Amino acid sequence: MSVSLTREFTKGFIRENPVFRIVLGLCPVLAVTTSLKNGIGMGFAATFVLVGSNVIVSLVRKGIPARIRIPCYIVVIASFVTVVDLVMAGYTPELHKSLGIFIPLIVVNCIILGRAEAFASKNTVGRSFIDGIGMGLGFTFALAITAAVREIIGTGKIWDLVLLGTRYNPVLIAVLAPGAFITLGLLIGLFNLLERKEG
Amino acid sequence: MDWGRLFAIAIGAILINNFVLNRFLGLCPFLGVSKQLDAALGMGFAVIFVMTMASMVTFGIYNYVLAPFGIEFLRTIAFILVIATLVQFVEMVIEKTSPSLYRSLGIYLPLITTNCAVLGVAVLNIESSYGFIETVVHGFSAGIGFTIALVLMAGIRERIELADVPESLRGVPVAFIVAGLMSIAFLGFSGLAAE
Repeated sequence: MSVSLTREFTKGFIRENPVFRIVLGLCPVLAVTTSLKNGIGMGFAATFVLVGSNVIVSLVRKGIPARIRIPCYIVVIASFVTVVDLVMAGYTPELHKSLGIFIPLIVVNCIILGRAEAFASKNTVGRSFIDGIGMGLGFTFALAITAAVREIIGTGKIWDLVLLGTRYNPVLIAVLAPGAFITLGLLIGLFNLLERKEG
Repeated sequence: MDWGRLFAIAIGAILINNFVLNRFLGLCPFLGVSKQLDAALGMGFAVIFVMTMASMVTFGIYNYVLAPFGIEFLRTIAFILVIATLVQFVEMVIEKTSPSLYRSLGIYLPLITTNCAVLGVAVLNIESSYGFIETVVHGFSAGIGFTIALVLMAGIRERIELADVPESLRGVPVAFIVAGLMSIAFLGFSGLAAE
């Protein structure tokens, strides 16, 4: 049992990484990864929603008629998103401002509805909780990598720490919109390459 | 009526802040439905329609239901439910009135509920405190911008199918790199208006 729980937890990091392997929930990955801080903030917000919705969905999974399950899941998810939205507006106003409309948009993040439908609706509360944490951290991990690459290339700094010195001429395009697409494309390509080498 | 402002909103949503290439909204259908030109066009028209309708309806809900009762914090829940219902309703109406249109759009309509561009346009309308006409123009042009990006992408991807792409980059990765290059091209429009 504990072995399978550990697998449930770690699968989200590499093997079933929601962003790099399953390619879901891409809008925030591209939009908020201009700095590592924003990326990690977004990752934790999404993780909280994912864990909360996974737990509630698995608790009520037997009480929901199959035909109306999707609207029910969406209401559960939207409630958690509202909680996150208000908490972040109160305690981390700066982060809330820079993430902007992507906080309410966590509702339509396919990862969260995807896990509710594919995992939490069929598994126990404990396993769903672990799955939520694992997948959420995998998502955060993907956001952090993408954000770190873009921030280092685009500004020469990371988390306000000057990394590449003053002689480095920042490639501004990396923190603009096109940089997001190209960075993520190359990172997914890299993950594919690693997978092929292994397999 | 200030036509200049409406025009600026339209150009802004279509070219300068293109929903897909600049605001990163609606990427799932952008990647999922851009493999064939016909499907991309069908999806594009469905999105234009739903976005315009959703802009109108959410404007009404926010200003005449949520705001008077001081429950604006329920915005996210209210909007997503409204959009989901609206999509269902549109689907039923099209099925009854125009079976041929239904056959071409039918499979894309349910997908639109989870298209973040639709919820995104509703939230953006509220945050920019647009009036009703501006909301409608913004919703419609955002849909047009989405369709342009989707159709251009589908055209390019049909060609990429024939190209010799390194094996690890096939499929999604190369689509992202192409989107990045398109996004660079769209950056050129940013000088069009001083917003």
